[in-house]
Amino acid sequence: MNKKVVQAIYNDDDVLLDAVKKVRGVNLKIEEVYTPFPVHGLDEAMGLKHTRLAIASFIYGCIGLVVAVLMMKYIMIDDWPRNIGGKPNFTYIDNLPAFIPVMFEMTIFFAAHLMVISFYMRSKLYPYKKAENPDPRTTDDHFLMEVESTGNEQELVKFLEETGAIEVKIADKKAIEI
Amino acid sequence: MYSFSGKIKLVAILSMVVGLLGIGYSFIAAPSTVEALGVPAGGDAAHAEHVLQLLKNKPWAALYVAALFFMLISLGVLAFYAINRAAQAGWAPILFRVMEGITGYLPVGALIFFVLLVLSGLHLNHLFIWMDPQVVAHDTVIQGKTAYLNVPFFLIRTAIYLLGWIGYRQITRRLSKAQDQASDNRPFVKAFKWSAGFLVFFLVTESMMSWDWIMGLDPHWFSTLFGWYVFSSFITASIAALILVTITLKGQGYLEHVNDSHLHDLAKYLFGFSIFWAYLWFSQYMLYWYSNIPEEVTYFITRLNDFEPVVLGMLAINFLLPLLILVDSDIKRKPWVIGIMSVVILAGHYLDFYNMIMPATVGDQWSIGIGEIGSVVFFFGLFTYVTFLTLTKVPLIEKRHPLMGESEHFHY
Repeated sequence: MNKKVVQAIYNDDDVLLDAVKKVRGVNLKIEEVYTPFPVHGLDEAMGLKHTRLAIASFIYGCIGLVVAVLMMKYIMIDDWPRNIGGKPNFTYIDNLPAFIPVMFEMTIFFAAHLMVISFYMRSKLYPYKKAENPDPRTTDDHFLMEVESTGNEQELVKFLEETGAIEVKIADKKAIEI
Repeated sequence: MYSFSGKIKLVAILSMVVGLLGIGYSFIAAPSTVEALGVPAGGDAAHAEHVLQLLKNKPWAALYVAALFFMLISLGVLAFYAINRAAQAGWAPILFRVMEGITGYLPVGALIFFVLLVLSGLHLNHLFIWMDPQVVAHDTVIQGKTAYLNVPFFLIRTAIYLLGWIGYRQITRRLSKAQDQASDNRPFVKAFKWSAGFLVFFLVTESMMSWDWIMGLDPHWFSTLFGWYVFSSFITASIAALILVTITLKGQGYLEHVNDSHLHDLAKYLFGFSIFWAYLWFSQYMLYWYSNIPEEVTYFITRLNDFEPVVLGMLAINFLLPLLILVDSDIKRKPWVIGIMSVVILAGHYLDFYNMIMPATVGDQWSIGIGEIGSVVFFFGLFTYVTFLTLTKVPLIEKRHPLMGESEHFHY
């Protein structure tokens, strides 16, 4: 069964922000908003939860640090502790300053790359993915808000037109193809 | 207008009195003869003489560290102020008067510090061994440096740095007040030009000041990034002091438009500069440790052997603590967390300066006792008194700074 959604198109981000607030004000559910660029305050107006990417990144950084320490401890101290230029290799702490550049870089490497990969996975982005935008103009200069239909579509269309939409249409909710 | 709160005044005056008593006691209690040390008969006379000189230096060195530290906090705020003026930062103008209040200490602190240096030049203490002609006579390394390290040139250089900094401070203060009364933006533009010029002067003199006042204590040692390292240390302490004064004023109900976004920005600076400090500390340490050239590495050997708790303690306070606590965005908006972190970081950077100066002046005879604490308490009191007194002189918000509207509505 296809769900119906009402798509309202705006040509100004301030109008869009007001419309989002009005729609949320009468307890209608916003399915999705498509914008050509980040609109400051949109996530807050839509009531979206904060991202946890930063927390994930911190954990990835810690993992990177542990990997670096264990790797160098095994290679330089445990497996083959050679005397290289008189550097102390009795314990890890003795030779710590020489290891810090690698520890630092590995922390950054893990934190950055794993966070980016997490972002792609959570936002389902990959090469050859089929684009999902319902109207190509939303990548250029138009803003589109999809509101879940309440059953009485004509009334909803009228309401959205009053919020400043330049165009409102009723469409089938596309199932997201993966 | 800010009115000096009685509580702060009382704390400041009390600190000055208690600090002075501590400083006085430490000078009286310092031994003046070898006999006073209680060396057992037949002990090594040369060693006893060495220890005596170190102990005689102790109250002077304690005073020197504290005087330098609080003056540099004030200087760091001045540099931060100049940076924000030159960069035309949109968030900062609301705090300019607070910064001007803190830099009000600079003339006072500079005067005290200059007097201390003159006293060293008059041989009342042995903080700078290159000032001792008997030492220089037997030391070819210092002899090679006397063209730079001689008392008259040293004091002239010092006077140029101090007058330059104070001059900039007074000029921008006057322009900032003139802008309140002006009908156009001419004073603002002038202050912008002065700030850009000052930053050039500051970077040169800051580097030279760190050679003179801190590296000069170890005339056998040299480091190329030392100026930057000293700068990173006192700019971090300055941001911490600025945060504390801002929180205090906000808590007393002044600074109506300062919001948690301004605090968040200051905390980001505190965090960023703490990491920057750790980067420079490590860059300096690691290069000496790695190449391990005997005549250069002694600097760190004495510090790690005799000052291990200070070195490790300040690394934990100045790097690990901000790294783990100030990394969180929500925490950077909480005044009480930022306040406590600022106090702790100030203590950490005091230890940093302690660790730069003490090994060269008192060596293994160091301790944090009445003299050290008394000096810090005295300069804390003086710093607080002068800062809050300066804040009462003009309104806390500039009237017609062109960027003030943006700053008042700043939101991050």
